[in-house]
Amino acid sequence: MIDVHNDEKLLKALFEQDTDITIEDALENEMVINMGPQHPATHGVLRLLLRLDGETVMSIVPELGYLHRGYEKMAESMSFNEYIPHTDRLDYTATMCNNVAYVLAVEKLAGIEVPTRATYIRMIIAEISRIMGHLVAIGTFAMDVGAVTMVLWSFREREIIQNIFDRLAGARFTTSYTRVGGVASDMDDVAIEMTHGMLKDIEDALFEYEKLLNSNRIFVDRLEGVGILTKEKAIDLGITGPNLRGSGVQYDVRRAKPYMFYDKMDFEVPVYNEGDCLARYFVRVDEVKESIKIIRQCLNQMPKGEIIINSPKKVLSHKAEIYTKMEELIHDFMLINFGIHPPEGDVFFSVENPKGELGFYIVSNGTGHPWKMKIRSPSFCNLQAIETICKGQMISDIVAIVGSLDPVMGEADK
Amino acid sequence: MEINELIVEKIKNFSPNAIEETSDFRSDFSLVIKKDELLKVAEFLKADPDLLFVQCKDVTAIDWAKRKNRFTTVYHIYSFKLNKILRLKVNLGEEPQVDSVVSVWQSANWYERETWDMYGIKFLNHPDLRRMYMPEQFEYHPLRKDFPVMGIPGSIPLPSGPQKD
Repeated sequence: MIDVHNDEKLLKALFEQDTDITIEDALENEMVINMGPQHPATHGVLRLLLRLDGETVMSIVPELGYLHRGYEKMAESMSFNEYIPHTDRLDYTATMCNNVAYVLAVEKLAGIEVPTRATYIRMIIAEISRIMGHLVAIGTFAMDVGAVTMVLWSFREREIIQNIFDRLAGARFTTSYTRVGGVASDMDDVAIEMTHGMLKDIEDALFEYEKLLNSNRIFVDRLEGVGILTKEKAIDLGITGPNLRGSGVQYDVRRAKPYMFYDKMDFEVPVYNEGDCLARYFVRVDEVKESIKIIRQCLNQMPKGEIIINSPKKVLSHKAEIYTKMEELIHDFMLINFGIHPPEGDVFFSVENPKGELGFYIVSNGTGHPWKMKIRSPSFCNLQAIETICKGQMISDIVAIVGSLDPVMGEADK
Repeated sequence: MEINELIVEKIKNFSPNAIEETSDFRSDFSLVIKKDELLKVAEFLKADPDLLFVQCKDVTAIDWAKRKNRFTTVYHIYSFKLNKILRLKVNLGEEPQVDSVVSVWQSANWYERETWDMYGIKFLNHPDLRRMYMPEQFEYHPLRKDFPVMGIPGSIPLPSGPQKD
């Protein structure tokens, strides 16, 4: 029987890190503090081991794995359709984004074309959940540094978005809305009406948020110049998403490698050069505004038509067709029992998620299950920056830095 | 595609025998690199002014179970200049070990730790090769094909439940 509570190696790593921080009146005794995994400011179950001199952080070791559910292992024994609900549980603050990313990767592997209307619906839901994810990020981040009002306000707006998801997918939180080859149900007029209303509400709410935070001296003074991540470091550490753009790198997968119809959309990629916690907050707020722009364009351009492609050999048919047509029935049986048989090969497909670049690397050996599936989760990669950013900072700023990096442990631990 | 040819030509000029195989599936370009040449090629790809693959996006491995070279490590690197994701693969022989690329891309640190945890592939000269997710004393590597999906009973002690009288 092994002892899982043995932290020897962790402590060794903590004390072996080189620290080139000089403090004027260094204390004689260093202190080791364990933060998390149950700390409310760690956004889940992140555990940080801190070595302190007074209140200055000398070195820091993050410990992950408290929410490791083995999704990559489970994928190997599931068919491609079966796995869709599990993508909800990756970044649980923006579920639809993961659904979209996963099916796009499978479609790239299997070579499935998607109807235009389905793609537009996917773009709309991806952007709506980007707003949803950023609302949580902004709200909890502000709460971490003392503005508890914000989390109540942003969850109020999140509720409106969840009502739309309820209408579309029948679930507010664990949506599993996309299907390989399309989406599960059509976006009807009521849902479109609700989306228009939601955009108006979010715009009004953003005005309120900015009035509360942007000129708030406590908020700004607390974050300005804290946790600076330079451009070169950010690239070297593999940071993506708002955290990278907060460090002055204009990189957005929607622009760099446009998927779906992002090349037809008119939107900006907000970039701030400071690289501190405040810059990362500003990027998120600006991105919400850009998402609103994209959703409006999508709603205007969306044509009528099919929402899932009619290709019974690879894509599950509609129930009405399965009950009435022989071929569809046979292929439905085959798809459910043996799965899609994509050609042998491997693909890497990545999309821009609220947290950063979410990528799926799928290796297929020609059977119904993926031979291997790797999830390149943005939270995991962004967390790696903690060691670099936190050295030499005050212990109270750790909370602000973790909040500004905005990790979601469901995704970091997979 | 021109960029692909440019990359292959550049590497061939730098080290003629480094590339074992190239493939282009669904417009994902990938190179199979010789195990001993990996570190040199990685340094070259990052430093060359025409290529500048400065970001390492992902490191992982594939367990082929019954092949002679059981493991393959996979690297996804990105160049902002070319706007291109390149996939490098390294087939490992008898011993599952390969040079670490942390000295080239710092981000590979955690990715390689994860790969070590999940596949038991040793990365030589890695600065801090601890397990990423599993407990340090855990003796298996879960993503290997011989590890059952249901887990191995007794390999991790369960927390003791509420006491019954």
